[in-house]
Amino acid sequence: MAAPAIETSGLDVGYPGRRSPVTVISGLELTVEAGTFLSILGPSGCGKSTFLRVVADLLAPLAGTIRVMGETPSAVRSGRGVGFVFQDSTLLPWRTARENVRLPIQVGRRSLSRMIDDRADELLELVGLSALSERLPHQLSGGQRQRLAIARALLGEPRLLLMDEPFGALDEITRDRLNDELLNLWRRTGTTVLFVTHSIAEAVYLGQRVIVLAAHPGRIVADHDLRPLKGPDNRCSREDPAIVAAMARMRSALGAAS
Amino acid sequence: MNRGPLSPFAQTVLPILGAGSLILAWQVLLPLAGVPAYIVPTPTAIAGVFARNGSLLLSNLWPTAIEALSGFVLGNLAAVLLAVVFVHSRTLQAAYFPVVLFFNTIPVLALAPVVILIFGLGMLPKIVIAAVICFFPTLINMIRGLESASPSEHELFRVLSATRWEVFWRLRLPRALPMLFASLRIASATAVIGAIVGEWIGSDKGLGALIIQATFNYQSDRLYAAIVLSSLLSIGFFMTVVATERWSVRYR
Repeated sequence: MAAPAIETSGLDVGYPGRRSPVTVISGLELTVEAGTFLSILGPSGCGKSTFLRVVADLLAPLAGTIRVMGETPSAVRSGRGVGFVFQDSTLLPWRTARENVRLPIQVGRRSLSRMIDDRADELLELVGLSALSERLPHQLSGGQRQRLAIARALLGEPRLLLMDEPFGALDEITRDRLNDELLNLWRRTGTTVLFVTHSIAEAVYLGQRVIVLAAHPGRIVADHDLRPLKGPDNRCSREDPAIVAAMARMRSALGAAS
Repeated sequence: MNRGPLSPFAQTVLPILGAGSLILAWQVLLPLAGVPAYIVPTPTAIAGVFARNGSLLLSNLWPTAIEALSGFVLGNLAAVLLAVVFVHSRTLQAAYFPVVLFFNTIPVLALAPVVILIFGLGMLPKIVIAAVICFFPTLINMIRGLESASPSEHELFRVLSATRWEVFWRLRLPRALPMLFASLRIASATAVIGAIVGEWIGSDKGLGALIIQATFNYQSDRLYAAIVLSSLLSIGFFMTVVATERWSVRYR
């Protein structure tokens, strides 16, 4: 049995403030099985993005312990175990699409480079952008830019993919299509995904499991296992009554908490 | 009334016609208004100086061009290097930035005699003045440029475990280029001003010296020719900077 992807105990998450630290989530107890697609749903200010930053070792925990695949977050980060997709695509505007995807093999651990150099083209193909690989980011649409950001995050074959509202700025039609593409990528790669969103529909459609956070103080108010509804390959229809009912339960969990 | 964009043809021809009409008015109207030639010479008289005294003008253009170019390179290089140091050391920035700020409030014209006292009468003091005048705007812009990468861009590089060196070359520096070029464009004109100011205070060579001599000798056609040449020198520097920018910042 592999170590859980995430295991936290008494975890306090927040920012080192000017005088004293500002705690956003306190006493978080969470275990996530490896290979899970986990949706983290909550209103702004509930600490969901902050938690993701602790997992990625961009922020130190204020208290408690966190293990990522049995290791410390910093060990996982320096071993290139995580990929991160930001809300804004964070593409470097002076690099072509292809060069943006190749960034991970040009910085940090260069030893990776020879092994996966060819994967850049493969990933561009996978996200459907091969024909646009020489374009600069400003010549691409919002959806294409996010696809590129996902391809870049997947280049190092991370064991853990962290996504911080990656489709939040896109129109609903593009968002729905990218949700399906993301699920296909997840099925192919088998990586663990932590997907932060404030859209109930998106959280339910994507996640095998959805945890609902409330704000002030940030805490888990609901934890739904959707695998019984969706089966092992995590497929569902947005119109399925059971799925609609799950969304309603989450909406009421959010309502009761605020 | 038609408010749409002008055709490309009109966009190239109209500025030429505009400038041409003003030069023509200058040529024809000024003598008619009785303005004497020793105060404002006609454009043809100025063009005549270029034809007759071309070698004199050229021999005075070179020193100024060399001083302005050397000052431009030195001043901007120093500014860029100091900006890199300040961005990587908050301690040094806190200690020395106020000093630099104070130094910048001294007018260059007031500083020029001191520079001449220190460095004598050769080309060096003019280069120093041109460098000083370029230095400050580039320092400020370069610091802002190097700090202009977004928090998520820095987080991206941290997730990739990039070294400071890699963050500098692959993120901070390319991010800073547009702002660096904005100040280089300004510096391309101010470097020429610096060199000419330096020549005014003590030199027998260069466009600045020619301007002073021509003024005192009432050779106003020669004075105006020197002014035109100074302006052409600035335009030349400016165009070079713009061309370099087009080549290196392709993404806008």
